[in-house]
Amino acid sequence: MEHYSLLREFADSWALLAMMLLFLGVIVWAFRPGSSRIHQDTASIPFRNEDRPAPDAGTARATAKDVRS
Amino acid sequence: MWDYVKLIALGAVTIGAAIAANYAHDLAYMVNALTVMLAAAVTFIWVLRHAEEPRVDRSHEYMDGVIRAGAIATALWGVVGFLAGTFIAFQLAFPALNFEWAQGYMNFGKLRPLHTSAVIFAFGGNALIMSTFYIVQRTTASRLWGGNLAWFVFWGFQLVIVLAATGYLLGATQSKEYAEPEWYVDWWLTIVWVAFLAVFMGTLFNRKEPHIYVANWFLMAFIITVAMLHIVNNLSVPVSLLGSKSVQVFSGVQDAMVQWWYGHNAVGFFLTAGFLGMMYYFVPKQADRPVFSYKLSIIHFWALIFLYIWAGPHHLHYTALPDWAQTLGMIFSIMLWMPSWGGMINGLMTLSGAWDKLRTDPILRMMVVSIGFYGMSTFEGPMMSIKAVNSLSHYTDWTIGHVHSGALGWNGMITFGVLYFLVPRLWGRQGLYSMKLVSWHFWLATIGIVLYASSMWVTGIMEGLMWREVDAQGFLVNAFVDTVEAKFPMYVVRALGGVLYLSGALIMVYNLWATIARQPATSPAAVPVPAE
Repeated sequence: MEHYSLLREFADSWALLAMMLLFLGVIVWAFRPGSSRIHQDTASIPFRNEDRPAPDAGTARATAKDVRS
Repeated sequence: MWDYVKLIALGAVTIGAAIAANYAHDLAYMVNALTVMLAAAVTFIWVLRHAEEPRVDRSHEYMDGVIRAGAIATALWGVVGFLAGTFIAFQLAFPALNFEWAQGYMNFGKLRPLHTSAVIFAFGGNALIMSTFYIVQRTTASRLWGGNLAWFVFWGFQLVIVLAATGYLLGATQSKEYAEPEWYVDWWLTIVWVAFLAVFMGTLFNRKEPHIYVANWFLMAFIITVAMLHIVNNLSVPVSLLGSKSVQVFSGVQDAMVQWWYGHNAVGFFLTAGFLGMMYYFVPKQADRPVFSYKLSIIHFWALIFLYIWAGPHHLHYTALPDWAQTLGMIFSIMLWMPSWGGMINGLMTLSGAWDKLRTDPILRMMVVSIGFYGMSTFEGPMMSIKAVNSLSHYTDWTIGHVHSGALGWNGMITFGVLYFLVPRLWGRQGLYSMKLVSWHFWLATIGIVLYASSMWVTGIMEGLMWREVDAQGFLVNAFVDTVEAKFPMYVVRALGGVLYLSGALIMVYNLWATIARQPATSPAAVPVPAE
């Protein structure tokens, strides 16, 4: 039962604090300055490369706009 | 060289399975061993016929063959699962349908896990695997990693389904809800799932887009968490290597807690996170506009991941589980309102400025209704997890109604939408065979769900109230059988709702078949090259 008490104490103190900070950090990171431009670009990924993989040279952006039906 | 290793392994499995079938301790194990033998033999012949074929570099095209197979499997398993569900709904209303000649094989108790596994894992699982393979390729702009490993995942998963289904009917079950398959099926599923994770992660590592699109985050969480849940909940020791029976490592309330930690997160990560991954890709595609808020999607993801894993104890209110754990489960369930509704708003608002499309596009309508049902069932769930509400709702049909508004409404409808989206693209056809039939499917399915959910609310609350009704002296008023008798009309309505939902699915299968068989092909330039 000692393991239980030890783990329980750790879980509702340091582990809780770490997870809370991590979560708040994620929110801060999502709203960091300059993130909107990156997010706009990432959000438009589904509208590229629908028909075939991008060529290797890292020119994912250059492929033709997808045919939509 | 590699082909010979495979041949030796497959030959050994075939012979080993034949020996195991010969020495089997029970019928279920024997039938499962024979199934494995057949599967290994067929694979052996396939590998033999294709041995030492020259490797063609296909990295310039997507691997769509396995996704086409996934679409067929999703549609067909869906019909099987809905049929089983409709049949057992009638069995509950009319017990005579538990035929005497099929006692022990086709009675409600045997068919019920067949239904749940067929719809969740066969229909939902194939939908998830198919969508994962489609989404991860399109959003990383690279071909699936691992060559034919994706095919191994597909066929391996079908084998899991067949082994589980035949096992249930013949009595192989470890009696854990949604985790009924016995130890050897669990081991095999673990191998298949790790291969699935490898294909997914390998493709992600090869990505040609610098950023990982949000749908992939949800899919990754789904694959990793399901692996963790599956392994922990299926820790069991086989009684014999030649029999299907195994003994759980956990016992008592620990076993119950592990089971519902698994069970609730099967809902949270299989039926929610995975399907949210589908939502974040296919809804923007069908609406032809990017997701409403990418920032919200990031917060949605992390909030959902942080909270869902703790909600399981709400399945064990008023049991031997410590009070603090029950309360913890309840609180986390209620907190889940926030990310759930954040995700729903993000999905729905993706249509802002394009709401008119709902008038003309029944596929989009299906997706939007599915998000609506997601919102409704994630409102209902936390409410039912509140202890006071749960004391009325637990063990009643209300729970079944809740599950089905989520499963039929959210998971079913979005999968139908995705199938309608994918089939013309995967087979290079100019749109669907008939939009009118999609509308028919939409209304049949929606009315079916409404009948199902409303009848279950009525009967659930009624039976909850009847169970606790006491007279002036404090004696219980109703015997159990009184509640069963009172539920009959609602059971018939529920079964009819199932009939409507099933007929919608049959219309879909016809429509998809006609799309492949009768629709003209798109101009060759736009056709994705049929691979394999």
